Amino acid sequence: MTSTAQEAGTNVSTLESPGAEAIPEPKKFAMVASKGGLDEVYPILIMGSTAAALGWDVRVFCTFYGLDLVNKKRQKKLKVSAVGNAASPPPINGLEIKVPTIIGMLPGMNSVATWMLKNWMKSSNIPTFEELYDTCVESGVQFYACATTLGVMNVDMDDIVEGASCLGATAFLDFASEADVALFV
Amino acid sequence: MTVQMEADKVLDCTGLLCPIPVIKTSQAIKEVEVGQILHMIATDPGAPPDMEAWSRQTGHELVDNTEEDGKYLFWFKRTR
Repeated sequence: MTSTAQEAGTNVSTLESPGAEAIPEPKKFAMVASKGGLDEVYPILIMGSTAAALGWDVRVFCTFYGLDLVNKKRQKKLKVSAVGNAASPPPINGLEIKVPTIIGMLPGMNSVATWMLKNWMKSSNIPTFEELYDTCVESGVQFYACATTLGVMNVDMDDIVEGASCLGATAFLDFASEADVALFV
Repeated sequence: MTVQMEADKVLDCTGLLCPIPVIKTSQAIKEVEVGQILHMIATDPGAPPDMEAWSRQTGHELVDNTEEDGKYLFWFKRTR
């Protein structure tokens, strides 16, 4: 195995101009996006855009609620849930008061939590969801809509953003099996 | 003491957090010729290890780096 790899390496480098190193095959990065909260898709976009900037081949399989990531109608309306997050920070910086869960259940609280996250991102100069998503697409991150989820959630391929294609778990695992990095979010 | 190096292009990432400095550096390195120097300035505390990793992953040489008045300064040489 090793000698074959070395031979292959030698062959490639002889094709290059003298002194130039052979460009290695890009690293492969497989991510499964299974959640659709704004706070839950941000890490995917940050990891994806960073890996693409390193020249990696990045592919994201959007399944279950993660399908919203590539759903035209829902992509721009992703929200942060006000309940179910034990780590949710106090609304005012420096105040060690947590908002009781029952307050999070009131109507409109998801919008408040979403507004808060967007504000933090803005004040930290982190791009918006739309900007980060566009950066991912422009830098070659490939998004896939899970075929089964399309059926389960009754979503038509017409509702999926341009550039994202429909894929089954088997085909994605085929890519993931060769990936250098694989994450489930 | 770091001698300030001549740069062919300067990229100011002051105030920007991950992943923007890395993305901007990846774009900016393509705007200099092979062998030329890109000078990047950042304030993100994650920048020193991030930019070293960026150099390892992309192969562009980190010629020098230093910290000055809370700013992290990097000089990269485009290698390919």
